[in-house]
Amino acid sequence: MTPASAPMGARMATGSAALPDVSGYSIVPQRHWGRWLAVAAIALLLAGLVRAFAVGQIEWDYVARFFTAPTILSGLFNTVVMSVGAMALGIALGIAAAVMRMSHNPVLRGVAIGYAWLFRGTPVILQLLLWFNLALIFPTIGFGEWSWRTVDVMTPAVAALLGLGINQGAYTSEVMRAGMLSVDQGQYEAAKAIGMTRMRSLRRIVFPQAMRVIIPPLGNEFIGMIKLTSLASVIQFAEILHSAQNIYYANSRVIELLIVAAIWYLIIVTILTPGQMLLERRFARGAGGSR
Amino acid sequence: MSAPPASPPLVSIVDVHKHFGGFHALKGVSLDVMPGEVMCIIGASGSGKTTLLRCINQLVEIDRGAIWVDGELTGFRVDGGRLHHLAEAEIARQRLATGMVFQRFNLFPHMTALENIIEGPVQVQRRRRAEAVEEARALLARVGLADKEASYPANLSGGQQQRVAIARALAMKPKLMLFDEPTSALDPELVGEVLAAMKELAASGMTMIVVTHELGFAREVADRVVYMDGGLIVEAGTAADVLNSPREARTRAFLSAVLS
Repeated sequence: MTPASAPMGARMATGSAALPDVSGYSIVPQRHWGRWLAVAAIALLLAGLVRAFAVGQIEWDYVARFFTAPTILSGLFNTVVMSVGAMALGIALGIAAAVMRMSHNPVLRGVAIGYAWLFRGTPVILQLLLWFNLALIFPTIGFGEWSWRTVDVMTPAVAALLGLGINQGAYTSEVMRAGMLSVDQGQYEAAKAIGMTRMRSLRRIVFPQAMRVIIPPLGNEFIGMIKLTSLASVIQFAEILHSAQNIYYANSRVIELLIVAAIWYLIIVTILTPGQMLLERRFARGAGGSR
Repeated sequence: MSAPPASPPLVSIVDVHKHFGGFHALKGVSLDVMPGEVMCIIGASGSGKTTLLRCINQLVEIDRGAIWVDGELTGFRVDGGRLHHLAEAEIARQRLATGMVFQRFNLFPHMTALENIIEGPVQVQRRRRAEAVEEARALLARVGLADKEASYPANLSGGQQQRVAIARALAMKPKLMLFDEPTSALDPELVGEVLAAMKELAASGMTMIVVTHELGFAREVADRVVYMDGGLIVEAGTAADVLNSPREARTRAFLSAVLS
């Protein structure tokens, strides 16, 4: 009975006189007493923790002094470079293994499955030790004229790069495969229908769409890799933890230097997070009516 | 619109068989399509009509028989009295002769309408980008979407997406256009705009094979209508013959079921 243009209040007044008119009232926000209680409890705990560390046996000026020590900074540099390098190798191998795994060629499929089985089935630290000690199996590497002593080639950096990168590739291949599977079969067919070969359709059509699914887990793996590089300290690679250890072996300030390394790890990871968000936005083009 | 009888068929399908596991989808189909001809294939789902269409541009590999497109045997090379599978790159090259429009559009969602259309010409045919863009704009105007070149597929209606898909296929300058139930995934009010684009294309002389449930379109546009059932061609003839006075009982049963 009410015309669509009639204002709400008017309808209330005339149509249903029994109901009170509340249209002029303001809304009172809900009070969250539980939250305030939790905040108070957490603040108390934090204050206690800060006090405990302040009066504990930590020489904070050592932390400050060694935070930018040249050995620490070069260790930091090595950690970052090794993380990026091993991740790049891992991504390259991961893409190759994922494409092989989804190929029609049973030999390629078998190789990809075997690769993931071997490197996911053994601890990384064991793989690092194997690469580092490769000279015990093969004293020289190469063919005829072009051969080198393995101990000269397999430096800690090379062993760490191969160990971490190849291991990472085995995990990344599954991330890549999940991304490729997330792309609709119709996209492969549409790419074929405009004359694309499988490789070109993967590069131009499938991977750009798969990136949306791939980037979040890959960001996760990258953060894992930054911390995984610390394992390379066992094969004498001078990353940041190894550098911190070298210093505390000399001056016995164990906790202070571990804190220095911990803060640097936190800084790197903190810088990476917004980077990942930017990448995600870049590959969300055309998705779900955005733009 | 039929071509003069002297010219050879653009598509020759000879005794084609296809199995999917234990299912015999095509049981020996033979069919010629002349240049400039518009052929509609009708039939119930499971009749093999979509499979036949997909065999023509090798999205489905045939088990037996032969398909010739523009005088070239598709998928195989004849050598020493035997057929040898073609390499992937050769099959990709043969597909350039045909354009395909899918039931579910299959536009590339990470590219704008314009980028979808120039992808093939620039990446596959290696044509100059500026030239491809110019042609793409003309094609968008032709399907009535000149103002949508910067839109992503997610922001287009189904009918608009399908028209972009038609433009994308035409951008490759194919000799033959294949349509796989191009209006089946559309809301009823959007069917007309896609059919109008297809009618315009038919009037321009393009050779078209259209798998469709739109009998009105078939009656109006098709030079020939083919009715398929159970992996075989039951009846083929002019639109008027097949749709108005079918000879076969199975065709009559299908038409009365569809039209009722």
